[in-house]
This record gives sequence, structure tokens and C-alpha cells, in this order.
Amino acid sequence: MTAPTRPTGAPQGLTTPVTAGIGASPLRPDGTAKVKGEFAYGSDMWTDDMIWGVTLRSPHPYARIRSIGIGPALATPGVYAVLTHEDVPGSKFYGLEIVDQPVLAVDTVRYHGEPVALVAADHPEIARQAAKRIRVDYDVYEPITDAREALGHPRWNQVHNAPGKVSELSRERAVLHPQGNLVRHLKLRKGDPGPVADVVVVGEYEVGMQDQAFLGPESGLAVPAEDGGVELYVATQWLHVDQRQVCAALGLPPEKVRLTLAGVGGAFGGREDLSMHIHACMLALHTGKPVKMVYNREESFFGHVHRHPAVMRFEHGASRDGTLVYVRAQIYLDGGAYASSTPAVVGNAGTMGIGPYVVPNVQIDAYGAYTNNPPCGAMRGFGSVQAAFAHEAQMDKLAAELGMDPLDLRCRNAMTQGAEAPTGQVIDSAAPVEELLRRVQAMPLPPARSADGEVDLRDLPGGVANTTHGEGVVRGIGYAVAYKNVGFSEGFDDYSTARVRLEAVAGEAVATVHTAAAEVGQGLVTVEQQIARTELGVQRVMVHTKDTGVGSGGSTSASRQTYVTGGAVKAACEKVRDRALDVIQQRIGRLVPDLRLDGGKVVSPQEGVIGDLADLLGDEVIEETVEWHHRPTEAVDPETGQGFAHVQYAFAAHRAVVDVDTELGLIKVVALDCAQDVGKAINPQAVVGQIQGGSAQGLGLALMEEIQIKGGKIRNPSFTDYLIPTILDMPPMRIDVLEYADPHAPYGVRGVGEPPTISSGPAIVAAIRQATGLALNQVPVRPEHITGT
Amino acid sequence: MRITCTVNGEPQQADDVWEGESLLYVLRERLGFPGSKNACEQGECGSCTVYLDGVLACSCLVAAGQAQGRDVRTVEGLASGDELSGIQQAFLEAGAVQCGFCTPGLLVAAHDLIERQAEPSDAEIREALAGNLCRCTGYEKIMEAVRMAAAQRAEAS
Repeated sequence: MTAPTRPTGAPQGLTTPVTAGIGASPLRPDGTAKVKGEFAYGSDMWTDDMIWGVTLRSPHPYARIRSIGIGPALATPGVYAVLTHEDVPGSKFYGLEIVDQPVLAVDTVRYHGEPVALVAADHPEIARQAAKRIRVDYDVYEPITDAREALGHPRWNQVHNAPGKVSELSRERAVLHPQGNLVRHLKLRKGDPGPVADVVVVGEYEVGMQDQAFLGPESGLAVPAEDGGVELYVATQWLHVDQRQVCAALGLPPEKVRLTLAGVGGAFGGREDLSMHIHACMLALHTGKPVKMVYNREESFFGHVHRHPAVMRFEHGASRDGTLVYVRAQIYLDGGAYASSTPAVVGNAGTMGIGPYVVPNVQIDAYGAYTNNPPCGAMRGFGSVQAAFAHEAQMDKLAAELGMDPLDLRCRNAMTQGAEAPTGQVIDSAAPVEELLRRVQAMPLPPARSADGEVDLRDLPGGVANTTHGEGVVRGIGYAVAYKNVGFSEGFDDYSTARVRLEAVAGEAVATVHTAAAEVGQGLVTVEQQIARTELGVQRVMVHTKDTGVGSGGSTSASRQTYVTGGAVKAACEKVRDRALDVIQQRIGRLVPDLRLDGGKVVSPQEGVIGDLADLLGDEVIEETVEWHHRPTEAVDPETGQGFAHVQYAFAAHRAVVDVDTELGLIKVVALDCAQDVGKAINPQAVVGQIQGGSAQGLGLALMEEIQIKGGKIRNPSFTDYLIPTILDMPPMRIDVLEYADPHAPYGVRGVGEPPTISSGPAIVAAIRQATGLALNQVPVRPEHITGT
Repeated sequence: MRITCTVNGEPQQADDVWEGESLLYVLRERLGFPGSKNACEQGECGSCTVYLDGVLACSCLVAAGQAQGRDVRTVEGLASGDELSGIQQAFLEAGAVQCGFCTPGLLVAAHDLIERQAEPSDAEIREALAGNLCRCTGYEKIMEAVRMAAAQRAEAS
């Protein structure tokens, strides 16, 4: 970690440099409000005359709607409105990448929990009771609940080296959308199509459906405006993509749909798609009253997309010395009823499907399918998480087959800078895969459990449930690496906008940073302040409320905000600084070479301090707005998957140590250590926080988190039945942060948020395999997978 | 119905409370104390944790009527004016706050722990906070914050 950065060439000893610039870990600007309970989340929005909105959802995964009767609901005392698809003023459909999802079901429901009608009332319970009085007459269909079945593809046991052909018959029989059930097929072809190798291992893997389980439920407040528009205060990840979709549905221009970011209680991808946004606005415009909508936890499980479950078949071929010769993979991602971001998830799973290894011959087919399962879309790790469970399991399997150490096998094939990815893209910045692995390997191991010493139940699988005193408990160690693109890919014009103002306020130079980039807990607001402090040499930096009053900040996803919005803030600060220096030189009536801003002063290397920035600015207000784009990527070739698809790659490695109670199938993760290259740690404390939090979500998917679906219906929509890691489930995590600057990125930063979620789970499963000798081809690993019962 | 109780030392009254409302709902929507959070509303996540007559409770599981005449202390009652309590300051400094939605409940639970126990071990901290879910941090910085606050409290006393 480096010390706070000073602008190059700033004279020493003349000024007190700003503190809390880049490289420091200042306190969050929203932290005090958060610890005092005063920070206003979406669910805390409140106005005097607001009413409450609720959603009626489909109890069936697949049905035709014959009729909807709203009379009794509307007649309920306290009810202001009952709305259906007939009340959608504009487009009846929305979607992130493909406009296929009804705002409210029109004539068909395609998943359990699909919104059908809305109610507004003066108490949330009255609204809920009224919603139960809406009569929907359904003609229930048999749901399609398997991605391969939806595509008409045969199961693995009927197919070997190639995926089945898409059966037109099957698609005609059960087509869920007019274009068929295939959302995207990514084909990747590199090298020899028929390679042969000395040693071949084949594996089939399944990944369950994970929920983002952010703690702050979907929520917001829509306030009708006098100009016929609406103000929406909402917890989201990308205000402008929401605005675009809300405008279309309301039939209003952007200037009449103004969004402000309400406090966001976590996101992790689950707020990329709309939830209550259009619904609350419809109710507000219909009733003329502010409408608040807050999902409860059960509704939250139905109200956002999940991580795609996957079934995958991988075949790895290597020479006797452990050099990878080829990888063939088929990856099926169940997109559920609507597309959401399935095309991009398929793109990631395919283009990064083999992990950070150099392989000359690659053949990957990644499919995203429509089914009647809940819609799936973005979640931290986005396609790479699913593939990593398979490619890392394969590396261990191959190592066992070759009689090699699994780490040595990984290092022998590890990507390095200059390596060619399966897309043909050359990795043009640091790719320290081997170093990351060796660093976690070199970390101290937790002490072995003493065989005859005092037993503390809390250290054992099962804990104080007193299920074992150590008998039947075995320990294992596993490793895995992560590989993830940063930013939006495949030719998407990915940018962020920053408006920066510099002025003197009460004798002090103050900067204000205004972006629409969503703060979801990760600490972007802190990073924005740090960059402005460093670039403008002022201590006091205000972060403007996030809203659509400034251009798009892009999505808070794909580990991209410090890179892209950080880049925009940096660029806007540079323009402001240039103008400020012009103004100052005009004011003092001469040109001063190498003039700089530092510590609230205007400084020259030759002359020292010229004066206070605040004094020299006078009443001048300098404001610049910059739209900053990262370097362009390109779409991949549809037949070969070749192309410069991704702007940046990020890497992490984990080592997990587990104790497994082989009699009961209970697992305790004893240690979960990580090394990650972050390019440049703008805020080291926040970087470590991201890595630890991301690791925890990977642990969850490996061991406990799965939305259970039967016949298209979610069986566990609660925190009683959907388990996320508690403080008892999490081990101590040692984190090693590497800073190999990426020359293409502002300050050399590399995206941080996602890689740890990708490698922590596979490392844990590898450790369980090592402890038990079991194959374990499915996550989450369940007790019965261990006990065989 | 009408509910009267004490919240953070001040008498409070809520009128027209529906019998099905929870203490959490009354605090948040009727009395102007939105600090306690509504993440699961079934006692699993701990984000609504308050002191009820000095004992930790999930306010989502307390019927509003049960709070009649009782003393409630919420996250809003931990600081003295602008002066944060030790555990609040430690959460800030350790980086234990990310999205912050779990923070109010964790603060109340951790406050209770370090009031009860001078120097809790890591195992004791984990046990005491096992009823509070956090999705952002992986809990490591929460552990650091509690250790820090406990040490400072032990030093001060």
C-alpha cells in the first residue's frame, strides 16, 4: 500500500498537503449518518400525505390470464387505486437488453411471482388485503423448468463431445417467447477443432440459483409533480437506465421523470433490473399522491432477478507434463422467464469459461435459455462464478489424473501478461496468476486441531449444537483462481459523467462532485472525494446527491465504478484545475510556470506559495462536466467468439481450509485467505472490505445458498429458509492486496468487487474434496453429498 | 389503539395503531425513528434490534401493543447528541459500515455485548452477533470494530 499521493512536483515543506486523497482510507462521508440511524434508505422515504403501493403477483409459473376482476378490491375502504396492464400509459414491456418483460402481465404469466396488478391504499396492510380481493382467472399451463429441455437439447448422457442440435420441434411445442427459447448462444472456437491429448478428464457440474440477498429490500417513493411528471426516489444501481425504461412505460420524456438515488441497502446485481419503479410512478400519477412501495423479504425474493443456475460439461486435455492442450465446454444458463442481462452473462461465461489459463485449442458453447423459472440476471461475478466452479474442479481433477500438485498444474498453465485469451484477445496488463496463487500458498496455515487437547465446540463443524467432539472430522485445503472482466464489454459504449465545481465558500476552497453513479455501500462516495482532493488540492469535497440532474454514471456493476466514474471525476477535476490556474494567472497578471494546487494553496516550484486558492478564486465558480469513456471494446465474432471483448481483466486467488464432519456432512470453513491484484488501491480499507465481503458471498454459494425451485415455484423465499452466511459461518480472512498498475486505467486501478466472489467458493469445494476424496460436482454442497445418504 | 412508551428516554405516543402492527412499524412509520431496519421482518436478520427494557429484542417480532408502557432504546439513542458512542465510532473507523443496512441492529447488539462483558473473546463476539446478518462485509471488519470498542472501553474504565 502506498502513502497518500501528492501531485508530482509539488514543493515540499511549503504547504500542508491534503490528507485523505487517493491511497488513504478516510472515513465514509455517509458513515456518521449510517451509524446514527439517520441515513435515509429507500424504505425510509416519507412524506406527509403519502400512500402505500403493493403488488399482486402470479401464484403460477406459467398460465394464461382469462380475466382480472378488480371491483371488490377497488371498493375496499382506504383503497385509492387498483391498476392492471390496461393502465400502463406507454410501452407495456421493458427490459435491460431485450424489451420482453411486461410491466404488468398482459395475457400470460411466465414465472411464479410475476406482477399482475397494483393497489394503493392509505395503510400497507389495507393495500395487501385489498390485493387479495383481486380476482384473477388463470388457465394454468405445465411450466418448462429445464434450460436444456427449453432448447430441445438432449441431456449429457445422450451426447458426448458435442452439444445437441437445437430441436425446432421442441421449440415450436413449448415456445415461451415469439423468438423461441434461446436467448443467446455464444460460440467460441480457437485453434484445432479436433485436438488430441495424452490425458483427458471430463466433468459435469451444476450450480444452484443464488440470491443477492441485499439487506435493504426494494423500495422507493414516487411523488407526482406539478408539470405532469414524477419524482422517483429509489434504491438502484443505475439511475439512467431506470429512467429510460420508466419513461418508456409512462410515455413521458426524460425531463418529466426525475430520479434521485435513495439510500441503497446493498445491491450485488439485484438492482440492475427495475422492481417497483414503474409501478410506484403509475400509482402516483394515477392517484395524484406520493406513493411509497417497500417489498418485504418474501416479495424481494420474487421482485428481483437471481444468479443463473448452470449445468456444465467440461472436457480438459493435457500432455503428460501437465500442459493444457484443449478445453471443450458446454455451459447452460437458465435465464428464467425474461431475458434481463442473460445475453451478457452468457458472454462472460463463454469468453472466460476456461479460467485464467493459456489453452491453444478451445471450443465453448454457452447458452442462455428462457424457462418458466424466476428470471435470472446480474449477480456479482456475472457468469464467471458459474464457470469457475467447473474449470477449477477440472484443474484439480486433471492434477489428480496426472499425479501432479494442483497448484503446480495451475501455475504451469497460468495466464501472464501478453498471453492470448480464448477470444484471441491479448492480455495487455498485469496477469499475476501464478504470483497470486503462490502468495496464498505461502500464508501461514491455521493450527491443526489437537487430537487429544481441550475441545472448544465453537471451533468444530456444528458448533455449539454439540454434534461432534472431533470424531469423524477431517481437514482439507483447496485453491482456486478467479478471472473476471471489468466494465461493460463486447462493444458497449461504457462511460460515466462527472460534474465538478470549485469555489470559495466562507474563505475556504471547496469542491463539489456531482455524478449519477450509484453508491450502494461499496464506498464510491469516498473514492469521489479522495480523487477530487488529490486532483484539486483541496481538503473539503462535497458529494452532490446522486440524481438524473447530471449525465449517466453508468451502472454500479461489473466492478467498474472506481475505474469509470473515478476516471470521469479525475478528468473533470483536471479540466477544472486547468481553468482555475488560468483564472489565477489572469488575476495575478502574469504566467507562472508549473503552477499547481496543493493543500488549499496555489503553489509554484520556483516561487513557493503564491497564495490561498480561496483568495485567488474570489467569487469565481469553476464548473466542468466531463463524459469519460474507457477504451472501446468490440463485439465478438458470432461464429468463433474471437474479438477484443473486454476492457480489463481482474484476478484473485483463494486458499480455503475446511473441517468436514463426514458423518453428518457438516462443514466449517477454518480459514479463507485471498490475494488479489487491484492495480492501485484508491482506498485500501474499502478494497479489503470488498474482498472480504465478496469472499463471503462465494462461501454462501459453495455451502448454503440456493433458491429451491420445484415445478417453477420458489420454495424458500425467506431468510429462515434461504441461508446466508452469519458471523459464525465466516472464518478469519487474511487478505493480500497487490498493486500492479494497469497503464490503460486511471491511476492504474483494476476493478475489485467481483473476483473474490468467483474464487472463494471453488477453493472451499476443492478443500472439501481434498478432505473427503469425494467428487462433489454440485454447489451448494449439501450434507447428503458428503454422507451419501 | 393508542400506544404510549418511552423511546430513547423520551415519552412517546402513537394513535390509531392497528393491532397487527409491530413495534418496528410503529417506531419507523409512526414515531419517526426509522433507524431500526426492516430487512426480513421475521426475526432472522437482526437489523431491527432494539433494547426493550434493557434487553435485546427484534422489534419486528414485538407486537406494538407489547411495548405499551415500556422503555425502548434504538440505534438513534446510542449517541449523546453529536458524540458517537464508542461502538459507533469503532464501526466507522474499522470500515465495518458498507451499505449500512445491518449496522443499526449490529450496533445495538454489539453495544449490549461490550456493556455486559469487558473483554469478549472472538468466539464470544461471534456468538453474540450470530443473530445479525450482514451481506457486505464478510464480518471481518465488524469483528475488528467490536474488538476495538471493547479494548477502548476496558482502557477507559
